[in-house]
Amino acid sequence: MHLAYPAVLSALLFCTGLYGVLARRNAILVLMSVELMLNAVNLNLVAFDVWLSRTAEETLHSGQALTLFTIAIAAAEIGIGLAIVLAVYRNRGTSDIDKLRDTAEGPETDGPDGEAHAAEPAAEKAEASA
Amino acid sequence: MTLAAAATAVATDATSMAAESPGFLSPTGVEIAFLLVGVVTFGAAIVTVTTRQLVHAALWLVVTLGGLAVEYLLLTAEFIAWVQVLIYVGSVVVLLLFGLMLTKAPIGRSPDADSGNRWAALTVAVATAAALVWVVVDAFRTTWIDLDGAPAGSTEVTGKALFQNWVLPFEALSVLLLAALVGAIVLSRKAKADATATTASVPGSRSDKGGAR
Repeated sequence: MHLAYPAVLSALLFCTGLYGVLARRNAILVLMSVELMLNAVNLNLVAFDVWLSRTAEETLHSGQALTLFTIAIAAAEIGIGLAIVLAVYRNRGTSDIDKLRDTAEGPETDGPDGEAHAAEPAAEKAEASA
Repeated sequence: MTLAAAATAVATDATSMAAESPGFLSPTGVEIAFLLVGVVTFGAAIVTVTTRQLVHAALWLVVTLGGLAVEYLLLTAEFIAWVQVLIYVGSVVVLLLFGLMLTKAPIGRSPDADSGNRWAALTVAVATAAALVWVVVDAFRTTWIDLDGAPAGSTEVTGKALFQNWVLPFEALSVLLLAALVGAIVLSRKAKADATATTASVPGSRSDKGGAR
């Protein structure tokens, strides 16, 4: 099999995940896109490991071992990520990452009317906790 | 007789040449299957990141991950394929669906699934895809994977490699999984513990007294 096929498929999947991370608004959809990117990396690792195990006489099988490690780390990441998203949802009442702007740096928060902007999430938080 | 001998000689020459240097457009059965499954996988990934129904995104993610498992099988990495099916399709998608359910995701179409900067995101993604595909195709134009013979990723091969050369990272990974488990429990318990602490300190003291009376 031509090596370019899995490499190109993995590049396309990675860019699909990149678009999802940049364009999605729900935090769980962003986590799904991160999973897509990790899977693209896994496909690359497996394809190059199969190629190198026939041509380069390497016996470590580093590609497949690293793929298993990546899968395990992705499982840990999705657990921690969902716990964080649920904690944020419990505190703020939303999982919309465009609305989580407490630590945002920008011209609107430096100005004198930054107080009004800073008061909105506080009010939301008070509502959500009340 | 001589003609037939010459024809067989030419045929064997052609087969040996085809065996040692396969052309760019000489697809074998495995390549055709890989391309078809790859198209399905890529299409499902596109639908995953563009659909406006959140639960459908998780279900299309199942198609993408299953397609990737079939690709691993076609690349003769059997153990990775079944681990992919078990962990990703089995547990990660279920976790994502639980997350969608617990954050009260809307069932139907949600109009604000995409952020306002989706055109910038599309530009970045298309530019990255063009650069990556160009570089990868240019670099590996003359490289072929030999898929004949024993499978490169059977359970025996992977297990030997994992438990002979990768034992220490494997154990470190188990510690990391334990840390992630404890961290997830702490993260999801902390808010509840704080809430009960505050309610117990402010109005709960009265109710405690009332309960004591």
